[in-house]
Amino acid sequence: MENFVYIALFAPFASSMFAALFGMSPKQTFVGVIASLLLFTSFLASASLAFYIWTTGQTIHVTMMEWISAGDLTIPFGFLVDQVSVTMMTVVTLVSTVVHIYSIGYMDHDKSFNRFFSYLSAFVFSMMILVMSDNFAGLFIGWEGVGVCSWLLIGFWYHKADVSREENPSISPSWAANEAFIVNRIADLGMLVGLFIIYWNVGSLQYDVVFATLPDLSGSVLNAAAIALFIGAMGKSAQFPLHTWLTDAMEGPTPVSALIHAATMVTAGVFLVIRANPLFSVTPEVSYFIAALGTFVAFFAASMALVNRDLKRIIAFSTLSQLGYMFAAAGLGAYWIALFHLAAHAFFKALLFLGAGNVMHAMDGELDIFKMGGLKKPMRWTYLYMGLASLALAGIPFFAGFFSKDAIIETAWNEGTIVLWAILVVTAGMTAFYSFRQVFLTFHGKARYDESSLHPHEMYKFVLIAMSPLAILAVVAGFGMSGFEHFITKLLPDYHMSEHTHHIAWILGLVVLVFAVGGIVLAYKKYANGLKRDEKCENSFIYKLLANQYYIPQLYEEVITKPYAMLSEHMWKDIDMKIVDTTVDGIAKFLYKSGDGTRKMQTGNLSNYLNWMAVGSVLLLVVAAISAMFV
Amino acid sequence: MIGLTHYLIVSAIIFSIGLVGVLRRRNLLMLFFATEVMLNAVNIAFAAISHYYNDLTGQMFAFFIIAIAASEVAVGLGLLIVLYKKYGSLDLDDLANMKG
Repeated sequence: MENFVYIALFAPFASSMFAALFGMSPKQTFVGVIASLLLFTSFLASASLAFYIWTTGQTIHVTMMEWISAGDLTIPFGFLVDQVSVTMMTVVTLVSTVVHIYSIGYMDHDKSFNRFFSYLSAFVFSMMILVMSDNFAGLFIGWEGVGVCSWLLIGFWYHKADVSREENPSISPSWAANEAFIVNRIADLGMLVGLFIIYWNVGSLQYDVVFATLPDLSGSVLNAAAIALFIGAMGKSAQFPLHTWLTDAMEGPTPVSALIHAATMVTAGVFLVIRANPLFSVTPEVSYFIAALGTFVAFFAASMALVNRDLKRIIAFSTLSQLGYMFAAAGLGAYWIALFHLAAHAFFKALLFLGAGNVMHAMDGELDIFKMGGLKKPMRWTYLYMGLASLALAGIPFFAGFFSKDAIIETAWNEGTIVLWAILVVTAGMTAFYSFRQVFLTFHGKARYDESSLHPHEMYKFVLIAMSPLAILAVVAGFGMSGFEHFITKLLPDYHMSEHTHHIAWILGLVVLVFAVGGIVLAYKKYANGLKRDEKCENSFIYKLLANQYYIPQLYEEVITKPYAMLSEHMWKDIDMKIVDTTVDGIAKFLYKSGDGTRKMQTGNLSNYLNWMAVGSVLLLVVAAISAMFV
Repeated sequence: MIGLTHYLIVSAIIFSIGLVGVLRRRNLLMLFFATEVMLNAVNIAFAAISHYYNDLTGQMFAFFIIAIAASEVAVGLGLLIVLYKKYGSLDLDDLANMKG
């Protein structure tokens, strides 16, 4: 089984290195094919590991080699494949494989085709390190690795010029990439502090050692560590107030959005909380804060999605909102439900994004859903896929999202946090509304684009076939819930609804369902027969507030970016130029001047030299005599 | 009675004469003579101190210096002849061609 661990881990690495060989050369389709095959190998290995753990119940712990060994600090390159990590591995490799195959079609006309595959596989490798590591240091390496790959891929079309915020809210791919990277750096500082606190108090970063010593630590240390780690999770999972980068990250190619910014990387924060559940379960205040923040983000992001016009941004807001749900579940102690929602969400959200990619491909890069419509006919399969994914996202019964999201909402009720429950229920209605607003505006009604110049066409067949596993899982994944619970609670704490909640579970489910169906019906009424612009509504304060993302990007720019730029300029002109540079220049000038001054000594006349020599000897003699006197 | 001090004073006087010669003279040949004078001043000091301490090492060293001075003159004079053939002068002011 050990070999399977290494195959799962290193196949994406091999794929990345292979594609990198052709990074600078023109498009070679076989690069994409081989990369996809290697990713599929990795998926097969992960699935076999999952099957092995499922049947035997044993976890696999391998140590590849010693990595850092200095004094008391030993950090091995160790990999832990247990119920949690194998779930993540399987989800990550499955979605990656689909996205790799999809990219062969989607990036068809891109001249940096090979480079794209190299980055994409490198991302998967980093993600595998993140989820498989058996210690916090390895997790952090993967954490940074996915950050770098995310930066590379958001800024994949780095040559696009910056434009104003009114024209494109994310300004340019390179701007968005930098934003994502810098925001994540801020959060990673919190994460690092968390690791330092743990190491300082425990003396090890191995999960098993750390979790075994938790009962010996004082409450304040535990709280500090939990808060610091959660700050790291907030950055990676784009929780408020570090959320702005996620929607801007949509500047990257759509497969990237599907893989990194929906299914895998952004869930790393949730994974961290689940992985460190022994820590978070002994810090109830921090956990409650996580749940409250998650609930807030769920609502906050969903509200922005209600009015957005950009196809990809709507899905990005929805990702944000669903991440909020996961944090709500994890914060309330229902770790396994959070992980289940993570997996289910990965399937239908990746599918939704890939569908959006198809639409974008067909519409020649257009993303404004107000300029689409009537795509049902030319893009039958994409319509089906996006419809299924939206049904799953909205939580319509028997689709994947229904089971997982319902369980989260039920948990909120069960914990007695009625306010959180109410917000999550309302958010479920909003989710249904915006998902179907998008579907109806894109596929129903009459075409609002210029039909004479644009002829939308369906994506390649193989791409549509490649997407089918996700579609099937988005439909049926929910039925695996009890099996998953049985599997995962061997490791994670089990979470049971109380007797009382159990009794009224069907009423709670019905309430959610009413909201979800209500949202869909509302969207149908408003948008199914084409777009009717409502000037009054669009000019209202709330609409503008939502459409401008609560003016938070502008606020950050005014309060943080601009003062920082001013401070930097001040530092540059006054401190750097006037103090540092002047000092350095002074030293150089002194050397030049003294050299120039003493140059006259060099007359070329031997007699003068001899005189100077005599002067020097006399001086040395005097020095020697004086020092001899004092000794 | 002539003691060590007298010898050393003579040696110092001769050394100073040689040093002034080195500093003031402009002719390379004269510089050579001046250095010889300085070397011999040192030889006097060596011989005197050697005698004073009853230790032959100083006198042996004086012989070494004489030998080195002889070989130095042999090489030096050869160089001077070449220099004179090339420039037609041994005056240091004429030979200054390495001005910085």
